Amino acid sequence: MISTRTGTTISVRNLSYAYLDPESQAQLPVLSSVSFDVAQSELVCIVGPSGCGKTTLLRILAGFIHPLQGTLEINGHPIDGPSPERILLFQELHLFYWMTVVGNVEFALEARGVPKPARRPRALDVIEFVGLDGFERYYPHQLSGGMRQRLGLARAFAAEPAILLMDEPFGSLDVEARSEMESEFLALHEAKKFTAIVVTHDVRQAVFLGGRIFVMSHRPASINLTVTVPFARPRQSSIRQTTEFHALEDSLSSQIRSGD
Amino acid sequence: MLLRLRLTPADCMESFMKHTNESVLSSRQSSDWGARLRGASSVLLVIALWELLSRLSLINRNILPSFSVVALAIVRGLIKDHHPLLVDTLESVRRVAIGYAIAVTAALTLGLASALKKTLGDFVRPIVDLIRPIPPIAWIPIALLWFGFGDPPAYFLVGLGAFFPVFSNAVLGISAVDRGPVEVALCHGASRRLLFLKVILPQALPSIFTGLQTGLGVAWMVVITAELIGAQSGLGYMIQISRAQLQAEQVVAGMVMIGLIGYILSTIMEACGRLLMPWRRA
Repeated sequence: MISTRTGTTISVRNLSYAYLDPESQAQLPVLSSVSFDVAQSELVCIVGPSGCGKTTLLRILAGFIHPLQGTLEINGHPIDGPSPERILLFQELHLFYWMTVVGNVEFALEARGVPKPARRPRALDVIEFVGLDGFERYYPHQLSGGMRQRLGLARAFAAEPAILLMDEPFGSLDVEARSEMESEFLALHEAKKFTAIVVTHDVRQAVFLGGRIFVMSHRPASINLTVTVPFARPRQSSIRQTTEFHALEDSLSSQIRSGD
Repeated sequence: MLLRLRLTPADCMESFMKHTNESVLSSRQSSDWGARLRGASSVLLVIALWELLSRLSLINRNILPSFSVVALAIVRGLIKDHHPLLVDTLESVRRVAIGYAIAVTAALTLGLASALKKTLGDFVRPIVDLIRPIPPIAWIPIALLWFGFGDPPAYFLVGLGAFFPVFSNAVLGISAVDRGPVEVALCHGASRRLLFLKVILPQALPSIFTGLQTGLGVAWMVVITAELIGAQSGLGYMIQISRAQLQAEQVVAGMVMIGLIGYILSTIMEACGRLLMPWRRA
């Protein structure tokens, strides 16, 4: 099924980016000298104030945008556009509403070049993996919010990416459902050991998921602070109630608020 | 399986409710017997009224024959030797089929290409926009001049009429395509072919299909008009020659057939639509 990718490291040095206002031709700096490393199989979170450029950074990592300055290397090589090795799970999910659950997942396999006879069984595997078995013939609009998130994950996993980039995952779910999905996502990560970068404004989520957390400043953003989360894996849902957890959460929140 | 995530009861409940709510709200014709009953009874009522008014001589039978006389004319026209009504009907259908097929091929190719490649669109759209306002009827004199009588002008006029709705709706359909799913597809490394066939086209399909339906409706109306003026066969020809021969029941019989075939064509189209776009029904 989903294979384990070994040795996938991410190295970012002095990444800078600015948006160009088409009318005034003025440059709006968004990222300023962002540098960090992510080790193989690491799950890191990036937090920061709204509008600080977190999503832009993710899009650069995915290969949709070229940085204006700086380097980005995956396993020591620069990247050349989007690739199924680096799947970006969008905040809006963008599920294919005209396809069923199994259709959405099979699409990822087809795009990867998996031959037709192999697609259905592998898709069903992934669907069962995320807990959507029984709902293969449903259309996305017939699924609950949580189930749609699972479908988004299923489609992403079917591509067997070495790196999973997530933009505000589970954001549209209520607190309970989101906590559920976070625990399940951690379990998936434990099982599959992909490298993951999660961008989120939800500090609680970042502390629960992340091995390390990068805190971004206001625009033009750089990484202010790197925090190593002291909780061992596998993490139980109950750690969210501990004093250490709350302390780290509060400290990070105030760091983000002060913003520089 | 290494691992299996549980679906919460809340998830299942929410999904189940969406499933059933939809079937309550969307009372489609195929399952709503109340609507079918009401529809059928209203048609029967009109027919009964028509027959009654004719029998009571409240309507001049030379101008509007009774329903029973018309029905008889239809049956005779279909059954007796040479099946004249059937032949005329098939002639009209044949002309529509060919003209429509040509129009759809040209309009979809040109429409989709102009929408996908901006530079091509910049060349094509002004020409289409300038020709579109000219109604097919206005093209009849020049069609007869160019193609003579019979089938070729009919193909031309039908093709012309059907072209514009198909073209415009194809362009509109592509413009409505959401960028998000396209980015997802690119991220997954989809080839251009896969991107077009499975991501862009399905999103454009509802609009394209509306164009196809409208185009067929226009095609059917245009073929009758073209036959009224420039043909030696077909339903359009039949009703005007029957008028000349003062056979009112044949005229009305022809009109009933025109309406019936038009109805059948659009029903078939709707069925095709449900087949092509299953996600809209679910």
